[in-house]
Amino acid sequence: MKRLLSKNTRRQTQTYAAVAAAFLIIQLLGGMGALSSSLKGMLVPICAYVVMAISLNLTVGILGELSLGHAGFMSVGAFTGVTCAVILQDLVPFAPLRLALSMAVGALFAAAVGFLIGIPVLRLGGDYLAIVTLAFGEIIKSFFNNLFLGVDSRGLHMSLISDNTHLEEGHSLIIGGPMGIGGIQKISTFTAGFILILLALFVVFNLVGSRSGRAIMAVRDNRIAAESVGINITRYKLMAFVTSAAMAGAAGTLFAMNYSTFTANKFDFNTSILVLVFVVLGGLGNMFGSIVAAAALTILPEALRQFSDYRMLVYAIVLILVMLVTNNDTIKNFLARPFARLAREKGGSVHE
Amino acid sequence: MTFLSFLISGISLGSIYAIIALGYTMVYGIAKMLNFAHGDVIMVGAYICFYAMSSFGLPPVVGILLAVVACTVLGMVIERLAYKPLRMAPSLAVLITAIGVSYFLQNSAQLLWSTNPKVFPSVVGNDGLKLFGGELSISYVTITTILTCLVIMVVLVSFTNHTRMGKAMRACSEDKGAAELMGINVDTTISVTFAIGSALAAVAGVLLCSAYPMLVPTTGSMPGIKAFTAAVFGGIGSIPGALLGGLLLGIIEIFAKAYISTQMSDAVVFAVLIVVLLVKPTGLLGKTIREKV
Amino acid sequence: MNKRLPPVKLVPVPSTNLIPERDAGSPPILECRHLGIDFGGLTAVSDFDMAIGRTEIAGLIGPNGAGKTTVFNLLTKVYQPTRGSILLNGQETSRMTTVQVNRAGIARTFQNIRLFDNLTVEDNVKLGLHNHINYGMWSGIFRLPKYWKEEKAAHERSLDLLSIFEMADLANVKAGSLPYGAQRRLEIVRALATGPSLLLLDEPAAGMNPSETAELMDNIVKIRDTFQIAILLIEHDMNLVMGICETICVLNFGQIIAKGTPEQITNNPVVIEAYLGKKGEE
Repeated sequence: MKRLLSKNTRRQTQTYAAVAAAFLIIQLLGGMGALSSSLKGMLVPICAYVVMAISLNLTVGILGELSLGHAGFMSVGAFTGVTCAVILQDLVPFAPLRLALSMAVGALFAAAVGFLIGIPVLRLGGDYLAIVTLAFGEIIKSFFNNLFLGVDSRGLHMSLISDNTHLEEGHSLIIGGPMGIGGIQKISTFTAGFILILLALFVVFNLVGSRSGRAIMAVRDNRIAAESVGINITRYKLMAFVTSAAMAGAAGTLFAMNYSTFTANKFDFNTSILVLVFVVLGGLGNMFGSIVAAAALTILPEALRQFSDYRMLVYAIVLILVMLVTNNDTIKNFLARPFARLAREKGGSVHE
Repeated sequence: MTFLSFLISGISLGSIYAIIALGYTMVYGIAKMLNFAHGDVIMVGAYICFYAMSSFGLPPVVGILLAVVACTVLGMVIERLAYKPLRMAPSLAVLITAIGVSYFLQNSAQLLWSTNPKVFPSVVGNDGLKLFGGELSISYVTITTILTCLVIMVVLVSFTNHTRMGKAMRACSEDKGAAELMGINVDTTISVTFAIGSALAAVAGVLLCSAYPMLVPTTGSMPGIKAFTAAVFGGIGSIPGALLGGLLLGIIEIFAKAYISTQMSDAVVFAVLIVVLLVKPTGLLGKTIREKV
Repeated sequence: MNKRLPPVKLVPVPSTNLIPERDAGSPPILECRHLGIDFGGLTAVSDFDMAIGRTEIAGLIGPNGAGKTTVFNLLTKVYQPTRGSILLNGQETSRMTTVQVNRAGIARTFQNIRLFDNLTVEDNVKLGLHNHINYGMWSGIFRLPKYWKEEKAAHERSLDLLSIFEMADLANVKAGSLPYGAQRRLEIVRALATGPSLLLLDEPAAGMNPSETAELMDNIVKIRDTFQIAILLIEHDMNLVMGICETICVLNFGQIIAKGTPEQITNNPVVIEAYLGKKGEE
């Protein structure tokens, strides 16, 4: 017991430490002016994607259900969070507090949507669940692409498809349908992103180590056995799904508040897939892996800038090759052979 | 009369979805994988036909044949290089690989053919039939699309039911291990399935671009996702299901555009899918499998 | 695929009360009346009548495909019965789900082992204890005092339960990597952890060697004596069934063809023909 507990705890501590170390190093480099401006501009998106990856890993790795619409929750968080920030602009002048409140609101709304979607969706299984999450992701995108929302002295006004808000003079729309949200005060900071990552890790690690997390993993490992020991499947599926949605919502707010303008198309199927790639490459259930994969793969296209037009092609090839190398035994053994020989030559067989 | 005209364009669009969905469903049935690169094979087919006709001045029939041959080869090459090594791998790894292939095809197309939209010339001309004294007009593209879909369906159903290869496919989709023990060459069967699916994708690409003549490297993505939805809608793995799902999806989409809102039509389509899956969790014509306890 | 032929001979089954004398004073823990289920027109189980005493060890035997596991699935509501009623402790369970039936007091093991393979042995047992651990999601996330107190208690209880089968030292091993026999034993421990009043064991000795089986027999009796619960088991190992079961119910083609004490069953010609006869030829 003690040994395993310490093994898990050690792993978690290492993850916290690695994140903190990365934060300090980047802050230090930034202070020394050693960071390129393009990299600086990517720090907040990286944090947002890291949180997205942690959050999706809860659904895919811990709960064991494939979601292809995770960007939908990010979208909900982005739109509701930014709307909240706009409304609070005068009420809460202190930007970090306003950001925190907005992220909380974004998380709350995303959680609510996750709950509403989760009730029907989680009855399905496997690829059917995947396609329904994809469908919800697209519906959320369509919804925000057609939502007009504004606020004036009479309160909040919204309409769908065409602008029927009839705002008073001097007030403009917050959400402008296909135009999305514009004129955002960029209050997201790297520090806020770092804190959000720590928070996400804290929630996931502690959840997994508790009674509820055990039940979630039991549902993943064997649904029928879980029911036979009296575990309410729907309850724990929903718990994981909603928690995951809430984190994605907060990440969405963080992400959106880093740009002066964004539209719903920013959070489409491709974004969902992008995050799924982070999770799969980082390893299912492996939070540290998710963090590394999300950070590395967000920087990679930037690092491939020298290939200019070819960079996305290179990205695609890298992706395919990594999947082949990590999942095909023949290729794996072939690549491992030189190392094995090296080990033998150094004396002693590898099997010992 | 407008209703009838909407219905016909719905069936026409649905026929295209059905042809794409057939590719999805056959591949899923046999390889149990979501081939997200399928939509991009459509795009490749359309580009090849486009260049054959516009740059080399070849007649449409030759263009279509070239597209079919090229996509068939492409499909088999993709399967051989990217999917076959992962046959024993977890399904998520295969899914990500398929996404990688999809990115690869899109970006290759972008490099080869640029992102400038191409205006696709219709392969059957732009005229149409005028019925009811000109009140209802049906373009030849529509008629060709619907007929092609019907022919493909009939051929495919008799192929899977009556030929040796068709039976081998059904056996492989039931149980690959048992099929192999019965002397069926599983590798060849899967390869042929990909070949057929990709050939259909080429046909679908040409028809799609004849009806909606805008060709860009991402042309295949959304129809691909929708056709995949159609396949699930009808019950993934079932050939008649793909036809039914495709047709219904096309009709729903056109009606949603006509009577609800153009921008929200996709949302309506996906909402219907969700409702159908909640009522019938394995799709309209899908088989229910009971887990043995 | 599982075509069931009608029984060769319909033999009247004794409807005597088979509950052992020591349990006769209290009402039975389980009572099935005319229980039956059809799968798409095919009758898998019909007219299943059975009563089990509070501390009885009962056996359910019969040839392969007789419907034994289906009876377990009916009792635990994996399948909803088409006909008949199940009274657990006098309470009708027909409207209950699998989860509710477990909370009402039935726990089971599975013929094809169903452990939580990626979790440790201890976590598997703690999942059995799930409904006896009293803290919620937030206490877990924020590690409130309740979490530490309850987890400590659950840890101790898990080790106690594991020690029944001398498995406490395996607590940190992944369940999926245990040897076969140990996996079967862990399933029993996990089921016991839910605090049942009726324990259903589906072929607990399958794949065990004679010495392991003998040990298992001792342990089943020990469990009954310690926890004072009823046990219903499906088993093909006749030494085990005849050795520890007080009453035996023989199922063939979904119907009960005989009930009685081990002696009565061994000497019943119908049973010998349907089941033991075959065994003798082997």
